[in-house]
Amino acid sequence: MPDAALASALRSDKPLLTCRGVSKRFSNGTLALKDVDLRVGQGEFLSLLGPSGCGKSTLLKLVSGLALPSSGEIDWPTSEYDSHGNARPHLSFVFQEPTLLPWASAAANVALPLKLAGMGKPERLSRAGEALDSVGLAGFESAYPRELSGGMKMRVSIARALVTRPRILLMDEPFAALDEITRSRLNDDLLQLWRRERFTVIFVTHSVYESVFLSQRIVVMAARPGRVSADLCVDEPYPRPSSYRTTPVYAAHCQRSSTALEVAMGDVQGHV
Amino acid sequence: MNKAAGDDLAVDVSARESNAVTASRWPRILAPIALGVAFLLLWTAIVRVKGIQPYILPEPLLIARTLVSDWHTLSGSLWITLSISLAALCAAVVLGLLFSILFTQSKWLELSLFPYAIVLQVTPIVAIAPLIIIWADNVTVSLLICAWLVAFFPILSNTTLGLNSSDHNHVNLFRLYRASRWQTLWNLHLPTAMPYFLGGLRISGGLSLIGAVVAEFVAGTGGSASGLAYRILESGYRLQIPRMFAALTLVSLCGIAIFACLTLVSHLALRRWHESALRTEN
Repeated sequence: MPDAALASALRSDKPLLTCRGVSKRFSNGTLALKDVDLRVGQGEFLSLLGPSGCGKSTLLKLVSGLALPSSGEIDWPTSEYDSHGNARPHLSFVFQEPTLLPWASAAANVALPLKLAGMGKPERLSRAGEALDSVGLAGFESAYPRELSGGMKMRVSIARALVTRPRILLMDEPFAALDEITRSRLNDDLLQLWRRERFTVIFVTHSVYESVFLSQRIVVMAARPGRVSADLCVDEPYPRPSSYRTTPVYAAHCQRSSTALEVAMGDVQGHV
Repeated sequence: MNKAAGDDLAVDVSARESNAVTASRWPRILAPIALGVAFLLLWTAIVRVKGIQPYILPEPLLIARTLVSDWHTLSGSLWITLSISLAALCAAVVLGLLFSILFTQSKWLELSLFPYAIVLQVTPIVAIAPLIIIWADNVTVSLLICAWLVAFFPILSNTTLGLNSSDHNHVNLFRLYRASRWQTLWNLHLPTAMPYFLGGLRISGGLSLIGAVVAEFVAGTGGSASGLAYRILESGYRLQIPRMFAALTLVSLCGIAIFACLTLVSHLALRRWHESALRTEN
């Protein structure tokens, strides 16, 4: 085996992210997460599936660094660390709402992360234009969020997340507020982007169908306290066209995930 | 993702068109003018029919004639009152913005200073004006301080509220991208506070004129200032009632002009994005 290939094989062995015994207790005493262990590989598309209150959004916040775990550790084995010992994983976050600045045009919104990083105006606007183009919004650079539909705003939000070329994209129920048609179109487009740019995705959802359509791996979570209940593999090849949604294999995976989810929710009832 | 979402496009176009709708504007201008003209005609009719003397109630035409004949004196006073109001408003904007920004940077500063800002606001200006006039050597400076005192608070309190109103998700977004304090202030908190600030500005615009006039009334009895309020007092003493009305008209016009300018500024600043400046079609 040539050295380069060996090195790359070794590198891909190393996970991008590991959570070890991560727990989170809020100041009001609620235990939101208990002993979560999770390894996320380079380039993986992983969904966190679970009922509301199972701590999936909290886990995403901890991974993003917006909140700190009460115990346990979140490690980025392949990322740089700054002088304070904090990881600088190259990550982006897509919130449930588009979270666009209403006073800024679509291009200015997308260019915001680059502006904050100190990039010059011509360069960041051209990068923002490319990013808008990649989500199918070429020609909408000067439109204001108010003028865009819900689906288009979410596309701008995704473009903003991708404009920094992140290694990992954290998505917190990004399409939950959209209608079925817009949602499945955005799912298709997200998969295309993922296949083209090869970033890692952690996708929080409460939809079994969405998680089976999108991901390679589904981590099912249970509530009270939030914990990992099952770790399922969806070993179907990509590209997954829309027609994948009507195949028996897809139905079988959905069945399996639903059962796992029911078990996770049954756990809750057992506790209550 | 090379194709733009088809059904999304329709939404966008209609939203843009509804922003451009400018029809049905005439009633907004004509209705108040018609009412004003009717009011002036009624006024004239009453004065003429009842034979009311000009030193009790002059008719509108006489007030207009006085405005023209005394224009030389009145315009000087107008200029003084207007420049004091505007200078006080500018000072209120600068200091109001400065203090509200300081307040958001340090909670301690806000907690310790804000009560005193409220004390300044709730103490009636008429009550402190004599003191200020005694303390300040220069009459213009004392008028300026009085007008500033009343114009300052609305800008301070509105902008402070606005600076604390940033969307929680936006704040998280800025934290994720490791924005510095200054970057977050400039790119997030200040734009969020803009509509609040402009609302405060419109209130302060009117108040700065009121503050200037009230202070002139207090100082004017000393006979050393010659703003519009002093003209009103002087005309009152001399029973030159038409001139009193002419000065009063100018004070009102000043207030209207300030309000109209600030409304225009507010509209220009917010028309692209804020709910208050957008027209929607259902």
